[in-house]
Amino acid sequence: MTTIYLDNNATTQVATEVLEAMLPYYHDFYGNPSSAYTFGGQVGRKIQEARDQVAALIGAMPEEIIFTSCGSESDNTAIRTALSTETGKAHIVTSRVEHPAVKVLCTHLSNKGYRVTEIPVNREGQLDMEQYKESLTRDTAIVSLMWANNETGVVFPVEEAAQMARDRGILFHTDAVQTVGKIPINMKNNTIDMLSLSGHKLHAPKGIGVLYVRKGTRFSPFLIGGHQEKGRRGGTENTASIIGLGKACELAARNMEEENTRVKHLRDKLETEILARVPNSRLNGEPLNRLPNTSNISFEFVEGEAILLLMDEFGICASSGSACTSGSLQPSHVLRAMGVPFTMAHGSIRFSMSIYNTEEEIDFIIDKIPTIIEKLRNLSPYWKPGEQVCAAGA
Amino acid sequence: MWEYTDKVKEHFLEPRNAGELEDANAVGEVGSMACGDALKLSLKVDENGKVEDAKFQTFGCASAIASASALTEMLKGKTVEEAEKITNQDIADFLGGLPKEKMHCSVLGRQALEQALAQYKGEHVEEKEGEIVCECFGVTDLEIEKAIRENDLYTVEEVTNYTKAGGGCENCHDTIREIIAKVRAEEKPVTEPKLTNLQKIRMIEEVIDEEIRPSLKHDGGDVELIDVVENRVLVAKRGNCAVCQASEQTFKNLVEVKLQELVSPELVVEEVPQ
Repeated sequence: MTTIYLDNNATTQVATEVLEAMLPYYHDFYGNPSSAYTFGGQVGRKIQEARDQVAALIGAMPEEIIFTSCGSESDNTAIRTALSTETGKAHIVTSRVEHPAVKVLCTHLSNKGYRVTEIPVNREGQLDMEQYKESLTRDTAIVSLMWANNETGVVFPVEEAAQMARDRGILFHTDAVQTVGKIPINMKNNTIDMLSLSGHKLHAPKGIGVLYVRKGTRFSPFLIGGHQEKGRRGGTENTASIIGLGKACELAARNMEEENTRVKHLRDKLETEILARVPNSRLNGEPLNRLPNTSNISFEFVEGEAILLLMDEFGICASSGSACTSGSLQPSHVLRAMGVPFTMAHGSIRFSMSIYNTEEEIDFIIDKIPTIIEKLRNLSPYWKPGEQVCAAGA
Repeated sequence: MWEYTDKVKEHFLEPRNAGELEDANAVGEVGSMACGDALKLSLKVDENGKVEDAKFQTFGCASAIASASALTEMLKGKTVEEAEKITNQDIADFLGGLPKEKMHCSVLGRQALEQALAQYKGEHVEEKEGEIVCECFGVTDLEIEKAIRENDLYTVEEVTNYTKAGGGCENCHDTIREIIAKVRAEEKPVTEPKLTNLQKIRMIEEVIDEEIRPSLKHDGGDVELIDVVENRVLVAKRGNCAVCQASEQTFKNLVEVKLQELVSPELVVEEVPQ
């Protein structure tokens, strides 16, 4: 059975070009980039090239790029560095729909005595900008808001939010793990101080991330050790992965247009067709300000894990915000924050595409989903076909 | 992704007896959409008190569907008395086991069965007895106590796995801990039946072989059972233990503690000269 992979917000396939760029640096050119001799130094030059490639994708300067091990490390570093450089300030502003890397860290910090404000979102997943503005105080050390949501794809106006923080002298961090490579970003045009990105979301391998730190921002390292990354992140460089990430960023820039045209078209087709063919289904998240690859659809009266396992029978990979798949007993915190009713939240499915998806794959999924939902609804005690189809039409 | 047995997958992909019985005379409906799973079990009990037919409707994950499907298969042909004896563990066993986080799916089956049989027997079914402990999932103290007793639970995590209680905001964890402590305190100390001499010697040998010898061997030592006289266990040191001065106290302690713990608290170990 062939795999149809629509879970690219979870992780992506390493691009062939990326893998090819990486391979020599495991076995042939294994030198330590810090070494004095040519054998090591040549690797150092490749790392510099990768730094340039990453910087180019987001409109940054190469020296503003710090390589880390993952998005979570970048998020942790950003928030912790702010708390240690902004002495005397003990307030953090974030949102209710952040990735656990930020959300759980903030809960941890609030247990340690920091005050945390979580800005709510509306039914469409958009940030409450009024509340955000009011939450910024003299005591606020840092704002951390995701650029785009991993579950719904809804994009926050982070550039506007960053300017509001800047006006009040507050540091601003954004988790852009889902955004980089999907929509254009230019750090020259905004006042964001720090930005996290992760390699494995844009066809580079797992285990490599970046923290962008704007030039002139005071910084206190999270991982203390050697002089690597100009003393901002100790530890011997993950050379092959850094080189892979550089290549992936170059490809992402090249594929940006396709991502926002062909991929977006496939996403829209999948979404429109499913919503038309399956009664009592709905889209989660504001449709226009959204990543081009993500669609989060709820199917009423059925449960997400059951849907995923029936899709798995056809080789279709996606993910769900249902309780049973989240490893907890409650549906995703994102859908709950949006006030998605329980009848819908348990049956939510996220499809996330990449440039490697084809129209045939999308047609196949469009063909299978209605049968899968119908099968589960026929088992459900809450499904009363006649009445509910009418209700949905109303 | 959860690790499901083939049997769970089979009952999920091809559920048996899905639907609603038109002429049911015993119906149980438990769970809710807010909780993430719900089950409606309908049974037809014939004039001889046998379950003639059983059907289910489930809203929930794969293991909730499989548990309900399994339950209907188990019920068919059973008398009401036999059906009453089916526990949530029986449902899980029928499926070759459930992941521990999914045990509440089997509990849901058991609850629906109880309700259906109570209705059949004309018993008044209390809507929800006891006091709500877990606000998130509407679980009462009595339901928690029952799950602790029936499934021998010790921790909050286990209670959550079996009842969902405590799986949301976690505010009730302290109360759940108190309930566990209360149920545990009620347990009477188990009075061990008196062992025959033969049983006692066999058990002592077993404990020496499996529990004591391996740890002595680790240091190159060994022990030999010489005799058992009433509650006196006569042993001799072997290997390094025999020549090690430091082993004097530790040797006797190790053997005695293990035998008292695993065979009988009345045993006394005596070392005999070699």
